[in-house]
Amino acid sequence: MANLTINGKTFTLDVEPDTPLLWAIRENAGLTGTKYGCGIAQCGACTVHIDGVAMRSCGVSVSEAEGKKITTIEGLASGDSLHKVQEAWIAQDVPQCGYCQSGMIMAVAALLNEKPKPTDADIDEAITNICRCGTFAQVREAIHTIASA
Amino acid sequence: MNKHVSPRLNRRAFVIGTAAVGAGLAIGLDIPFGGPAVVRAADGSPEVGAWVVVRPDDTVVIRIARSEMGQGSLTGLAQLVAEELECDWTKVTTEYPTPGQSVARKRVWGDFSTGGSRGIRSSQDYVRKGGATARVMLIQAAADAWKVPASECTAANSVITHTPSGRTTTYGKVAEAAAKLSPPADVKLKDPKDWKLIGKGVKRLDTADKTTGAMIYGIDVKLPGMLNAAIKDCPVFGGKLKSFDEAKVSGMKGVKKVVKVGDTAVAVVADTWWHAKTALEALPIVWDEGDNAKVSSESIAKWLAEGLDDAQPAYVGNKNGDAKAAIAGAAKKIEAVYSYPYQNHATMEPMNATALYTADKCEVWCGTQNGEAAFAAVLEASGLPAEKCDVHKVMLGGGFGRRGQTDYVRQAVMIAKQMPGTPIKLLWSREEDMAHGKYHPITQCKMTGAFDANNNLVALHYRLSGQSILFSLRPEALQNGMDPAAFQGVAQSGEAAFGYSVPNLLIEHAMRNPHVPPGFWRGVNVNHNAIYMECFMDELAEAAGQDPLEFRRKLMGNHPKHLPVLNAVAEKIGWSTPAPQGVYRGIAQVMGYGSYVAGAAEISVTDGSKIKVHRIVASTDPGYVVNPAQVERQIAGSFVYGLSALFYGGCTVKDGKIEQTNFDTYNSMRINEMPKVETVMVPSGGFWGGVGEPTIGVAAPAVLNAYFAATGKRIRSVPLRDQNITFA
Repeated sequence: MANLTINGKTFTLDVEPDTPLLWAIRENAGLTGTKYGCGIAQCGACTVHIDGVAMRSCGVSVSEAEGKKITTIEGLASGDSLHKVQEAWIAQDVPQCGYCQSGMIMAVAALLNEKPKPTDADIDEAITNICRCGTFAQVREAIHTIASA
Repeated sequence: MNKHVSPRLNRRAFVIGTAAVGAGLAIGLDIPFGGPAVVRAADGSPEVGAWVVVRPDDTVVIRIARSEMGQGSLTGLAQLVAEELECDWTKVTTEYPTPGQSVARKRVWGDFSTGGSRGIRSSQDYVRKGGATARVMLIQAAADAWKVPASECTAANSVITHTPSGRTTTYGKVAEAAAKLSPPADVKLKDPKDWKLIGKGVKRLDTADKTTGAMIYGIDVKLPGMLNAAIKDCPVFGGKLKSFDEAKVSGMKGVKKVVKVGDTAVAVVADTWWHAKTALEALPIVWDEGDNAKVSSESIAKWLAEGLDDAQPAYVGNKNGDAKAAIAGAAKKIEAVYSYPYQNHATMEPMNATALYTADKCEVWCGTQNGEAAFAAVLEASGLPAEKCDVHKVMLGGGFGRRGQTDYVRQAVMIAKQMPGTPIKLLWSREEDMAHGKYHPITQCKMTGAFDANNNLVALHYRLSGQSILFSLRPEALQNGMDPAAFQGVAQSGEAAFGYSVPNLLIEHAMRNPHVPPGFWRGVNVNHNAIYMECFMDELAEAAGQDPLEFRRKLMGNHPKHLPVLNAVAEKIGWSTPAPQGVYRGIAQVMGYGSYVAGAAEISVTDGSKIKVHRIVASTDPGYVVNPAQVERQIAGSFVYGLSALFYGGCTVKDGKIEQTNFDTYNSMRINEMPKVETVMVPSGGFWGGVGEPTIGVAAPAVLNAYFAATGKRIRSVPLRDQNITFA
């Protein structure tokens, strides 16, 4: 059993402490917006915020996440108000297949939280998610649009 | 206003609604009072022809048979229907009919397959007619109500106007009456010059849910009582499952059952996938690997190299004059051997499917590029007839050709059949996905070019050796043993025609099929053919002492569609003016999937091994551009996919198995490595070419030719990581 605080709610989950947080979120908490891509913290599809920091949830165990504030893509909006990254993604039609975009959006939201006006170099360093469709140009443009708003 | 954008793509509701009623057919026939048949959608709204449902609130639901996997065809196809329908685009939504419904209605929605860059070009005609048919019926219904001739009425933006009287009504108000009319026998389509929506870069219809985590992919499907399965197939292709020791894992947490899947695989079924995967890794398995365990990349390379020998048999795909004689008598000749490796599709979402089997029905929920092929796989694996099966398509987390195959669908049904009544979600681990791809075929190519005394190219011999996809996947498409698709990009004529005139030409294919299963990988045979031909074209230009662009142009005089696209790229990259200090250029062109494309790159190279790509310019003439914003994204995406394969890709074989296991050994480009692709669209009209794939062909050769310009060194094999060349 583990208690996880996800998107402001406490979940008491029947899950072993060494289970990757990704699978506890997807299968036990039932929040499937966070995606599985590699399981080895390479691709970033499973990125969530843990205490505000973008983390690859496949590489974090449930025991490590207990007691911390976890935010998933489902918790990024405030009620009916989408997060500015989500709004920009819609306005600029960023996603193609969209599978990597939950993780991409979470990584970008964390970057903008830390650096509201990131340079291209900041983006290059912070955004290391894989997108096989190749949405990188739209991702970069959307980040700059948000930063200049 | 920060409200959620309401999801205009109501696929989830459609899928779940279909599941909830527990039947394959949510669409039923409603025949009131013995009158004409009205077909109704699941919510009761009437169909006005098979492609269009109109709700009372004027919402127009457009049926889409092809699959959306990020390439934007769903939006483009809806634009085609809406253009002729003259409906209000802001009230358009879409839904997928199921293959079962289509089969039950004599394939009213045509082909479901979504590959070969055919989504739009192969259905544009009948989907536009579907829209036009509905418009005619809606106008007729209004005219009937007003007791006026239909010819006095017009429609625009879902509003019908009786011009003489000025009376108006809306589609939603007349849909019921329209649905009862007989469709017109024939409809006239608009002249392209009158298009209002086709050619506009309207926003995609499926974006909102992709930003909130709400979009449902195959991996996200949930059904009541569902269990999860993890699978391991014999890592040596062609090998078999000998035995496994279920007792070692049956007590592990969550484990429900361990099942054999066909002759080659074993799956663990558990409450969660994590439990299933953990138990599968602990399961002792004995494989009968068979003879293929002796095969390696080295043995394959040796076998393919033997095929480059003229003494070996080969199929001739394109020929004029006598190339061998002209080469023998030429003033000068050059020769080079190139190679291209296996590539995994590595879709971001690993293969998966959810199956529910009972004694009298079998349903599958999955992402697929070919709903009908998936449906056929369900029939075969379940043993049930068509009327008891169906496939519910959900969004694909990438396709690139991989999800046109149905191996994962078949496996899910084979597992579910062993647990009747329990829905089973089968998910491959990334490692399983890397080990059991349908790989880009492996080839080598020897090219010989010959010049006369004035450095005119008089002969070209292009000898390809390697794998045929059709041999493995569609043997019925072979022509007397020859794979015509092997010549994509260098073919005599057709949708992938060679773009140069050479007086003596011989293009042939020595087919050699190793045991690694090949598949259609974005761009397919254009990938290696364009690298071989376009890099060698640069070698020929160098041997002739000519500029690579000018050398090509001289050979393209009789190719009036190829040449303007190359010129457009040359102009945009500024070929006639010097590149910035330390920056070098490469250029390439090819035809594939009915479209003419070209690309150019500007790169700099540090220490001969660190490449920085500064600029990429790409051009296409696909005839008509339906949605320029999406075409631009497809072109850029094709470069990311193609350059990822060039720099980081390549699957190698050891002991009969693929060696790469995950993105740490099969990497993909990141944002810092990819410049913005500058696109130049030069649609010349009059034909419908593909978009998703063609430009991938020029991605790698443009960069490789620029690398030569920068270093004076030719790279003749892929990937670059094997040559210790990487991004700066």
